Amino acid sequence: MTSYIYPKFGYRRSREQAEGIVKRHPIVVVGAGPIGLTAALDCAARGQPVVVLDDNDTVSIGSRAVCYAKRPLEIWDRLGCAAPMVERGVSWNVGKVFFQDELSYQFDLLPEADHQWPAMINLQQYHLEEMLVAKCRANPLIELRWKHRLLSLKQAADHATLAVETPDGIFTMEAQWVIACDGANSDVRKMVGAEFTGQFFQDRFLIADVAMKADFPTERWFWFDPPFHPGQSVLLHRQAGNIWRIDFQLGWDANPEEEKRPERVIPRIRAMLGEDTEFALEWVSIYQFACRRIDNFRQGRVLFAGDAAHQVSPFGARGANTGVQDIDNLAWKLAMVLRGEASEALLDSYHEERAYAADDNILNSTRATDFITPKTKPSRYFRDAVLELARHHGFARPLVNSGRLSTPTPYVTSALNTPDHGAVPGGLRPGTNAADAPITMDGKPGWFLHCLGDGFTVVAFGKVSDKTEIAVGPFTAKLILVGRDIEDPTGVLAQRYGASPGTTYLFRPDQYVAARWSGFDEAKITDAALRASGHDTADRTELAA
Amino acid sequence: MMLNLSPNIADPDDFYAELINNQRDLDEEQALRMNARLILLLANHIGDREVLKEAIGCARTAGG
Repeated sequence: MTSYIYPKFGYRRSREQAEGIVKRHPIVVVGAGPIGLTAALDCAARGQPVVVLDDNDTVSIGSRAVCYAKRPLEIWDRLGCAAPMVERGVSWNVGKVFFQDELSYQFDLLPEADHQWPAMINLQQYHLEEMLVAKCRANPLIELRWKHRLLSLKQAADHATLAVETPDGIFTMEAQWVIACDGANSDVRKMVGAEFTGQFFQDRFLIADVAMKADFPTERWFWFDPPFHPGQSVLLHRQAGNIWRIDFQLGWDANPEEEKRPERVIPRIRAMLGEDTEFALEWVSIYQFACRRIDNFRQGRVLFAGDAAHQVSPFGARGANTGVQDIDNLAWKLAMVLRGEASEALLDSYHEERAYAADDNILNSTRATDFITPKTKPSRYFRDAVLELARHHGFARPLVNSGRLSTPTPYVTSALNTPDHGAVPGGLRPGTNAADAPITMDGKPGWFLHCLGDGFTVVAFGKVSDKTEIAVGPFTAKLILVGRDIEDPTGVLAQRYGASPGTTYLFRPDQYVAARWSGFDEAKITDAALRASGHDTADRTELAA
Repeated sequence: MMLNLSPNIADPDDFYAELINNQRDLDEEQALRMNARLILLLANHIGDREVLKEAIGCARTAGG
């Protein structure tokens, strides 16, 4: 039973299949989950037509990803769909950690003031996908093709050929570029023969969506070794519309088919919620997880994103959150290559930057997993010692790891960065995503991230130039002056960017800092913008030196 | 080396006796759990990551 009515999006035969013509598309996305739909929206936002193929015709079953962090919300805001997600979702700040029958400690995420979006929201994946689908359908550059199953993919030097099966049979289409967002069991990954390696964890989890009108507060509750589920861990999260998500650790010996049966699940939930709590089971699933990633995010004409490129343990909500950031990194690069403003080499930086981020996420989620499910007796003693000490002593609380809040990984080593040189401001290093701040424009309050353009943007503090844009070889960068185009009435912007008069930042189209200087210098800006878009700047640098 | 490996405890016999006496009435599991807590308390008191790294390495190889 379920209180959510799953939409049917409806299959339509495409014109190219009806007419039997092989059409070459600039971008084909495989998979209409949160990552594939975000890919379509971001490529379209950058002026590129996109075709999305999905073998199904509805949204994901069950709540699945659940938690969405601030950076993905900022990205979805850039794509015009964050507000309904936050409105529909549940925001939470307080987390409680229980050990056996006692509260070990509680924390408050206390969202940093002066940001537009909360640190985290909880929202069932089906709601999120439905919102993304609606947004895609309203975009004339996006074509969603349901009941289109990819059968094979062959690569040529400048395109890929895709055999696709629909209810009307099999047809062939071509793509200059393919974005593979078809999940952890990606067929595309198998078709290109990419390696996908890492660590499997010998553990299983039961996840359930439960409808109840309970008086539990809107908090994240995590139990280690609770009386109602001895020796294991349990997580309780509130979602939209009185639906609660519960994750039970089962251990490696559990029989997945047996554990999924309602007559096994319901007594577990009753033991947890108490005899008097009325609830209804909406969805149950069992999963075993792994931490692994693809050897290269770019395989010729195919670019992998989301779970198709990397799988992490669920602790810390790093799956969908990382996948959305893959797209944020990829879409502008792909659009520049398609427009002829950058060479294909720029796409190799997609692997460089996002594999670096994936490794960071895998490291963080593996650490949480090792804390939650100790692998040896001595490591369990340490884990329990941390939880016991945390009850009484502040020092032990930072050691408790029930999953760390997902935050963006700075691309500190990226070849697209122009390293700091000489006197630099404080604030944000190259490779870091832009910090938001309240600003005013034309006397009206707004947010800094909204001012950053679709392309490269230069932001300088003070009236350092008369221009509104800077020519950079094949493209232009928008120039925003604080004190001319926008104002910083609270001083939060200057503080977050360590700015004094003359401080200049260059932002990439994905709102990451490419370079920064203590003064405004057009030649340096041009050089850094070329480097950040994958152009060979070695000659220029030598001349400058 | 940052880790102090020279004698640093004023009354070594007294310290050792205190450690052992505090585990005399514990079974093995209780004692191992106490050791885990003790390591965490002392590690936090030291705090310095370099010293802790050296101590972990030193303990793992029995100092050899």
